Amino acid sequence: MTSDSTTTPLDILATAEDWKASGRNVALATVVETWGSAPRPVGSHLVIDDQGNFEGSVSGGCVEGAVVSEAIDVIDSGKPTVLEFGVADETAWQVGLSCGGRIRVYVEPVGPSAA
Amino acid sequence: MDFSLLTALNKERSERRAAVLVTDIGTGAQRLILRSADTSADPLHEELQRRFRSGKSGMVELDDGTSAFLTVNVPPPRLVIIGAVHISQALVPMAEIAGFDVTVVDPRTAFATEERFPGGTLKAEWPEDVLKSTPLDPYTAVAAVTHDPKIDDIPLIEALKSECFYVGALGSWKTHGKRVERFKAAGLSDAQIGRIDAPIGLDIGAASPAEIAVAVLANIIFALRKEAGGLQ
Repeated sequence: MTSDSTTTPLDILATAEDWKASGRNVALATVVETWGSAPRPVGSHLVIDDQGNFEGSVSGGCVEGAVVSEAIDVIDSGKPTVLEFGVADETAWQVGLSCGGRIRVYVEPVGPSAA
Repeated sequence: MDFSLLTALNKERSERRAAVLVTDIGTGAQRLILRSADTSADPLHEELQRRFRSGKSGMVELDDGTSAFLTVNVPPPRLVIIGAVHISQALVPMAEIAGFDVTVVDPRTAFATEERFPGGTLKAEWPEDVLKSTPLDPYTAVAAVTHDPKIDDIPLIEALKSECFYVGALGSWKTHGKRVERFKAAGLSDAQIGRIDAPIGLDIGAASPAEIAVAVLANIIFALRKEAGGLQ
């Protein structure tokens, strides 16, 4: 069962369930559209808690910081949002991802926001 | 995402069942579509069926001008090898590295030993018994390599009747010719029989058991990525 994505530590949807079940406030970010040579495919997930802990990735590391801070707002407000990033900006170039891609990321709270 | 929806989705995934989460990214409204569900009345029916085949997530435009995101979850590909033979000893680790869940089935206890197949992939049972508990699904490949019709035929016939994405059988053209006659007599159509990859594997002149394993895995990946529409 080495390749069963539901049993690996990097299974983000399972991690989201575990974190929520253990009482943490959680948001889930999903890459919903990409243009150009985006580093992570559509459907990639990042799970974030309200302390800024996260697992997974929506890019090669260049926009996760921004997604995490937006996700904390989403946990507070309980309202989903859509973020858009050009991956070829200055920050991306500095971390070695001058790939020229753009991505849209959907960020949603997990569970009733009051929970 | 509602927590109950997340747990329902994860349950489907852990049971090797495909499911699509439909998210209206304008309103945040979501619903979960199981592969087993009848979607014929759903406005997204054709799109959903296509996504279950391709395994690819993506945006879809709806008739009312809004757009939804489809998070498509299909199981990791599985390879069922009939025959705990020398080729299988090479094919198991190769297929596992390539990301497959691998099961080896062989009722012959001289072949089916833990020493030859460490790691829990082995079932020393008749294939027909194993198939009762773990039926073949569209995300499964079957490779029959025992050379023995008593062992190979039933799982091959079951595989050809199922939706599994690859069916391969070891044996020369002559051996395969006899197999075709038996399968016709068993009531299979030419189209069903034509799905069999035989002689098995991509023609790379493979000579040793390990090389044959490479050839078999190559054709399984071809079927998965090219013919089945690019399962993730």
